[in-house]
Amino acid sequence: METTPPEQQEGGIKEFRRRPDLFRGLCWVASVAAVAILAWIIVEITHQAWPAIKEFGFSFVATSRWLPNRETFGVLPFIVGTAVSSLIALLFALPLGLAVAIFLSEDFLPPAVRQVVRFTVEMLAAIPSVVYGLWGIYVVIPLMLKFGPWAVQTFHNTWTTPGMNGAPEVQKGIPILETLFAPPSYGNSMLTASLVLALMILPTITAISRAALVAVPGTLREGAYALGSTRWEAIFGVILPAAAPGVVAATILALGRAMGETMAIAMLIGNSSHLTSSLLAPAGTLASLLANQFGEAEGLQVSSLMFAALLLVILTLFVNIAGEVVLRYTQRQTAGIR
Amino acid sequence: MTFTMEQPQTTSESEKSGPTQQTSPRADFLKVTNFNFYYGKKQALFDVNIEIPARQVTAFIGPSGCGKSTLLRNFNRMNELINGVRHEGDILLNGRSIYDKKIEVIALRRSIGMVFQKSNPFPKSIYENIVYSLRISGVRNKATLDETVERSLRGAALWEEAKDRLHESALGLSGGQMQRLCIARAIANQPEILLMDEPCSALDPIATAKVEDLIHELKRQFTIIIVTHNMQQATRCSDQTAFFYLGKLIEFDATQQIFSNPGEKQTEDYITGRFG
Repeated sequence: METTPPEQQEGGIKEFRRRPDLFRGLCWVASVAAVAILAWIIVEITHQAWPAIKEFGFSFVATSRWLPNRETFGVLPFIVGTAVSSLIALLFALPLGLAVAIFLSEDFLPPAVRQVVRFTVEMLAAIPSVVYGLWGIYVVIPLMLKFGPWAVQTFHNTWTTPGMNGAPEVQKGIPILETLFAPPSYGNSMLTASLVLALMILPTITAISRAALVAVPGTLREGAYALGSTRWEAIFGVILPAAAPGVVAATILALGRAMGETMAIAMLIGNSSHLTSSLLAPAGTLASLLANQFGEAEGLQVSSLMFAALLLVILTLFVNIAGEVVLRYTQRQTAGIR
Repeated sequence: MTFTMEQPQTTSESEKSGPTQQTSPRADFLKVTNFNFYYGKKQALFDVNIEIPARQVTAFIGPSGCGKSTLLRNFNRMNELINGVRHEGDILLNGRSIYDKKIEVIALRRSIGMVFQKSNPFPKSIYENIVYSLRISGVRNKATLDETVERSLRGAALWEEAKDRLHESALGLSGGQMQRLCIARAIANQPEILLMDEPCSALDPIATAKVEDLIHELKRQFTIIIVTHNMQQATRCSDQTAFFYLGKLIEFDATQQIFSNPGEKQTEDYITGRFG
């Protein structure tokens, strides 16, 4: 049987080999499609949100009353909730994740043990969000039910001053902390959700920071030790600054993930539209609001939820752009390390 | 007055030797006795004995893998950063073992400067690179830091080029400038010894010439040990030359002597380019 020489075969992948213009065209289509889909999503959300945008305008962002039965919608509590929960999560996850990354990138452990720890931490990223939510319900909430009253007692009702002229006695607390840990305390709260969120973004921070630390050239390490640095001084004075762009990238990615995280938050945060300064009280985020209410919404509530979705997209885009700027800046500071 | 900080062994020594320290090079300044060194099971140095005089330039030459860098990196115990190394024998600095339990390796390294094959400026400003060793020793005084920066940069013949950009990133310097910055950083803490591990191997001829001129200047203040693959460089800038081969010290003599009339056949074969 006669076989056709490859150069005479028509169509299929072989065609690309002889037609670079076709291949280039395909690449064009793919990259244009990626951009177009993002634009399409935003256009579609905006279109759906349009009735609410027309109805409420800027007051949607600035007011804090979310009352579906009165058709009054303001998402300020959810914007604040998104920002606060992400920042608290970052507050816990960044030092912890960075510490793990440093521990795994230096020779504190034998290489085999290091690999096991690294794999385990990165496995945290593979656990589905809903499982984190369940774990939060069965583990973190019971802990918070113990911690909450203790925190209120310690920070809010720190001491008692007797009331004047037979008036009831007055409870005083520690400034700032007394507003963060105000009663009543609940199991489903901002703090519960933020703690679980911290755990969820931990692997992102650890994995990317570790990669950045490992990539720091050995010559810098040697240089630091040769000048008589202790290990601590070498890490914090030389190695960590050299890895700064990677750590920044890790932080931005983690923040982006924290802001968009939905399922576990919806299960743990308590979904309240009430704006409060207490971390022990239920709250809500834009993502948890959408997850909770979209199924049963109708009319103006649907457009309002779409408006909230649009805001979430804009917020995440903003974080990513801001992050990119910071990343470029730190990269310029460390450019040229060989 | 030098501002040596945490260098117990140097302070005590200068008290003992007093004014005589400045006068003549002492032969037993850095003394290696019956030194063996192993990377795991592989022996890298065999029974090395050498006495390196103060305030002179000593060159270590020999083919790759001959142990010259290994010995150099033992003087400030940098080899201990590698897992599974061990040594036998001793190295004495000013008559005291550098392995003495009372000498902290941190203090030892602060009294010995080191310049590497590849320049390794930290991702900081030129200024911060130089004051790094002072900062980790706890020096806070701005005047002291400023003065150190100028003295070190002048010492490394970089002051004129760098004085207007002290607070710019060190990573913006040229390759030759970076290496001189690393020399400035190494001498900022006024070490006794300057170890140079092929400091010019990544530099062009002009930058190399500058560093060699610098070595001539620096030997007035420091004891310099330089590892080099470049035989011309050894003849140009060293007073003594040690030839190593397969982990053994073959010959150690005045540079003039080694290159004009070597005592050993192996040395002659190497310097005339018959192997290596």
